[in-house]
Amino acid sequence: MNLLFDFTADKATATIYITREFAADLDLVWDAFTKAEILDLWMGPKPWRVQTKEMDFQIGGRWLYAMISPENVAPTRYSLAEFVEIQPKSSFTTKNSFADENGDPINSGFTFSMTKNSFKAEGEKTTVQIVKKMASFAELEQFIAMGYKEGMAMVMRNLDEYLRSVAPNK
Amino acid sequence: MRRDIFQAIADPTRRAILVLIAMQAMTPNAIAEHFDVTRQSISKHLRILSECELLAQRQEGREIFYELKIDKMNEIDVWLAQFRKIMEERFQQLDQVLNTLKNTKK
Repeated sequence: MNLLFDFTADKATATIYITREFAADLDLVWDAFTKAEILDLWMGPKPWRVQTKEMDFQIGGRWLYAMISPENVAPTRYSLAEFVEIQPKSSFTTKNSFADENGDPINSGFTFSMTKNSFKAEGEKTTVQIVKKMASFAELEQFIAMGYKEGMAMVMRNLDEYLRSVAPNK
Repeated sequence: MRRDIFQAIADPTRRAILVLIAMQAMTPNAIAEHFDVTRQSISKHLRILSECELLAQRQEGREIFYELKIDKMNEIDVWLAQFRKIMEERFQQLDQVLNTLKNTKK
């Protein structure tokens, strides 16, 4: 099935717009975005996975989770999503930042972003719109520069795997 | 022709080329040796990466070396392209999860 995927960025306002269709009804898609046991199944960019430490889905509540590497190294950095707005089965907004294992803020060179997820039922399908507003792209650039080395190391590991798969005789 | 940077990163071979030459400048032949594809196909990937202004060419004697324009790699576009790729893969994983959940409900 061909499912819509749209990704645009407005640099002037440091906002990213993503629209994606899913071949499931609204109830199921809503659960997939708001229940920890389902989020853990799909949020990790492979070969990493997401592990929830805390989830309290209510206004003022929070989701504390970490990215776990394939080597299963204990995480030092956690991601924090604080729920600032919830309209059941319609939309929710999170304030996203980095934290330590207790959910206390850490100095990562990155303050926070705001993410609004909106859900719309369309027959058999559900459309999700994600609007992610960063504090500024200048801050994001600084953050990228910091994470660049770490990112490269991860890409190198993925590359090893990839090269083995495309050149099995070498 | 100026291409969309998303196009550069969308292909796994091109991502692998970027990572290879991030370590050191390489000739097209040296790059091609890492892949089980034709030299012609590598040339096409190098051309697309050059058109995205991610690669610089340097002549040394008779050899042409390709190197990464590292300034360009730090740009916001590259981060956005990677973020887009992560979101795309994430949603494909979610498609599978939704499919499994739908089937267990029945």
